[in-house]
Amino acid sequence: MADRVQGISSRLREGTAHKPAAPDGGTDKPVLSLRDLVVEIPTRYGVLRPVDGVSYDISAGEILGVVGESGAGKSMAGNAVIGLLDPPARIASGQVRLNGESIESLPRSEMRRLRGKQIGMVFQDPLTSLNPLLPIGEQLAETIQEHLPVTRREARARALAGLEEVGIPGAADRLDSYPHEFSGGMRQRVVIALALCAEPCMLIADEPTTALDVSVQAQIIALLKRLCRERGMAVMLVTHDMGVIAEAADRVAVMYAGRLAEIGPVADVLTAPRHPYTYGLMGSTPLAARGQRRLNQIPGAMPRLGHMPEGCAFHPRCPKAAPACSQSVPQPVVMGDGHLAACHFPMTVEPQEAAQ
Amino acid sequence: MTALVRIRHLTRVFDVSKPWLNRVIERLPKALLTAVSDVTFDIPERQVYALVGESGSGKSTIGKMVVGLLPPSDGDVEIEGVNLASEADKARVAETRSHIQMIFQDPYASLNPRWRVRDIVAEPVAAQGGETNGLAERLLEQVGLSAADAGKYPHEFSGGQRQRICIARALASEPRLIVCDEPTSALDVSVQAQVLNLMSDLQEKLGLTYLFITHDLAVVQHMADRIGVLYLGRLVEEAAAEELFARPRHPYTQMLFDAAPRMDAFGREVDPPKGEIPDPINPPTGCAFHPRCPIAVDRCLEERPELRAVGPARVACHLADA
Repeated sequence: MADRVQGISSRLREGTAHKPAAPDGGTDKPVLSLRDLVVEIPTRYGVLRPVDGVSYDISAGEILGVVGESGAGKSMAGNAVIGLLDPPARIASGQVRLNGESIESLPRSEMRRLRGKQIGMVFQDPLTSLNPLLPIGEQLAETIQEHLPVTRREARARALAGLEEVGIPGAADRLDSYPHEFSGGMRQRVVIALALCAEPCMLIADEPTTALDVSVQAQIIALLKRLCRERGMAVMLVTHDMGVIAEAADRVAVMYAGRLAEIGPVADVLTAPRHPYTYGLMGSTPLAARGQRRLNQIPGAMPRLGHMPEGCAFHPRCPKAAPACSQSVPQPVVMGDGHLAACHFPMTVEPQEAAQ
Repeated sequence: MTALVRIRHLTRVFDVSKPWLNRVIERLPKALLTAVSDVTFDIPERQVYALVGESGSGKSTIGKMVVGLLPPSDGDVEIEGVNLASEADKARVAETRSHIQMIFQDPYASLNPRWRVRDIVAEPVAAQGGETNGLAERLLEQVGLSAADAGKYPHEFSGGQRQRICIARALASEPRLIVCDEPTSALDVSVQAQVLNLMSDLQEKLGLTYLFITHDLAVVQHMADRIGVLYLGRLVEEAAAEELFARPRHPYTQMLFDAAPRMDAFGREVDPPKGEIPDPINPPTGCAFHPRCPIAVDRCLEERPELRAVGPARVACHLADA
C-alpha cells in the first residue's frame, strides 16, 4: 500500500503520467486507476478545466469516498470514468485504467459495452434513473440480456435474485411493479440492483443517499458496504456528506476546484487533516464541531471555473496562505501511510489529535 | 420566559381523494391524509425551537400553519396571544403577521428572478406601505453582502449568497419569529456554516425566535434550544436539546440518532433501522411506530400512547420511563 502511494506521488511530482503502474503485488492491483486525469470544456471564453490532474486508485473490495463541495469536480471525474461526459466536455489528457487497460479513449460503441457490464453506476435521484413506463423486472432483464448471453427466462430469474440481494421484500411479487409503486429507499435499491445485475467489478455511486431520509440512508450505506465486501467490488462513493464518508469509506479523496486536495485512509484524513481545506471543512461540519456555539467557517466560496486563482486554488480562502501559494500549484506530498496532501504548508498534527 | 407561539391540538387533514366521478365509477372511498395530528407545544421567546423528522412527518405542514400559509383543520396557533385564524380585529392580525417571516429551503426558487435584489428585500415593508429608502442596502450589509448588491438580480449570486438575501428579506419587517424550513439543506458544508453562524449572530443581536424545521440532526444539535421529534404527523418526543441528545427516550428518537452518520465511527457496523415511514393514508393502529419499533409490546398495537411528561421531557411511548 505505502509503496504504491509513494509510486503515485513520485510520478506526480515528475509530472509523467505514462510510466507503468507502481510494482504491486498481483493481489493488490487496483481495479480503477486514474492518472493525471484532465477534463476540459472548450467554451467561447476559453478552456475550462473542471477536473485538473486527478490521480487515484481504487482496489477490489474497497470503498473510496470522493468528497467536495459543489463545483469541486467530483461528479465530473466519475462521469469521465464511465464515459458519460456531456459534449463539449472531454478527457483532454491523462489515463483511466480499468483492470490495467486504458479506457479513456475507447470508441463510443465499446464504451457502451463496458458501461453496465464492468462499471455500474448509481445516481442521486432514483426516480430519474428508472424508466417510468416499464416494470422494474423488465428493466433489469433487459440490462442483463444486453450484457450477458442468457435467455429471457434466465434473465428474469437473475433479475429476481438481484432484487432479493438488495433486500426488496417480496421480490417475486414486485418484479412486475412500476417504479412509482416503490418508496424512495426501495427505488434506490432497485437502481443498485440494476447497476449490479451484469456483475460489474466497479461501482460508481454519485450521491446515492442525498435524496433519502436518515434511516433509509443508513440502510443504503449498509447495503453498499455489504455488496462491496461480498462481491469484492471497487466502489467510488461520491458525496458531499462527511458523515457518510466516515461511516462507509475505507479511503477518502478530498477534491477542491478540480484538483485533489488530500487523499488517505478515512480515519487519518478526518481526525488529522493535513490540508487546510479539509481542516476547514471538518470545522464547518456541525457534527464534528460538537458543543461549539459558532462553527469555524471558511471565508468566501469555491472559485468559478473561469476564474481559477493562480497557484493553489484554495489560497484566497486559506488562513495559512503565503506568497508561494499564489505562485505554484502544490503537488501531493506524502504525509503518512497512504496519506497525501497537496499543500505547500500542511497543517501539523497536534499531539492530542495524533493520540486519538 | 414567555411563550411567543402557543400551538394547541394542531391538526391538518388533506383530502387526497380521486375526483368525484372516479370515486363513483371505481367505488373508491374518500382518501384523507392526516399530515399533522394533535400537535401541542410552545415556542418560548428568543429561543430556537427545532422540529425534526423524516419526510412525511408533517414538519413543513406545521411550519406553513404557523406562518398562516395553510389554515389548520383543527386546533389553534396563537402568536403573541393572537389566533390568526379566528381573530376578528383586522388591525391586530396585520400587526401580528408582520412579526412573522419565513425562510425557505431552495434559495433558487424563493427569489423572483425578474426583480432586483433591492425590491426583493424591501418587499415585506413595501407591501405594508412602509418607508423603504435605503432599507435594502442596510439589510444586505447586515447579512454580510455589500450595499452595491442591491442593484443586481438574483442570478448573479451563488446559493449561499441567495440564502443571505432571503434572510435579509425576512428581517425587513423587523419580525420576532422566523420560521426556517430546511434553510441550509441546499447548501454546501462550508456555506452552511456561514449561514448558520449568521443566523445565530442575528438571533443574538435582534432577539429573534426561530422555528427551525430540518431533517439534519447535526444542524439541530448545533442550533436548537428545544427540540420536537415528529413521526407521522405526531409529536413523539419533546425536550431541551441537551436533554434529548443526552437521553433520547422514545425508541424512534433513539433510532434516528443511531442511524445518523457519525464522524467518529469509522467503518462502524450497524444494524440499520428496519422498514420505512408508513403510508399516512392508512397509518398503523395504536402507536404509529410499532411496526418498526424494537421494543413494541401488544399494548402498542392497540392503544395509541399520549404525549406525557417523563422526567424533564415529554414522550409519547407506553414504555418510556424517567
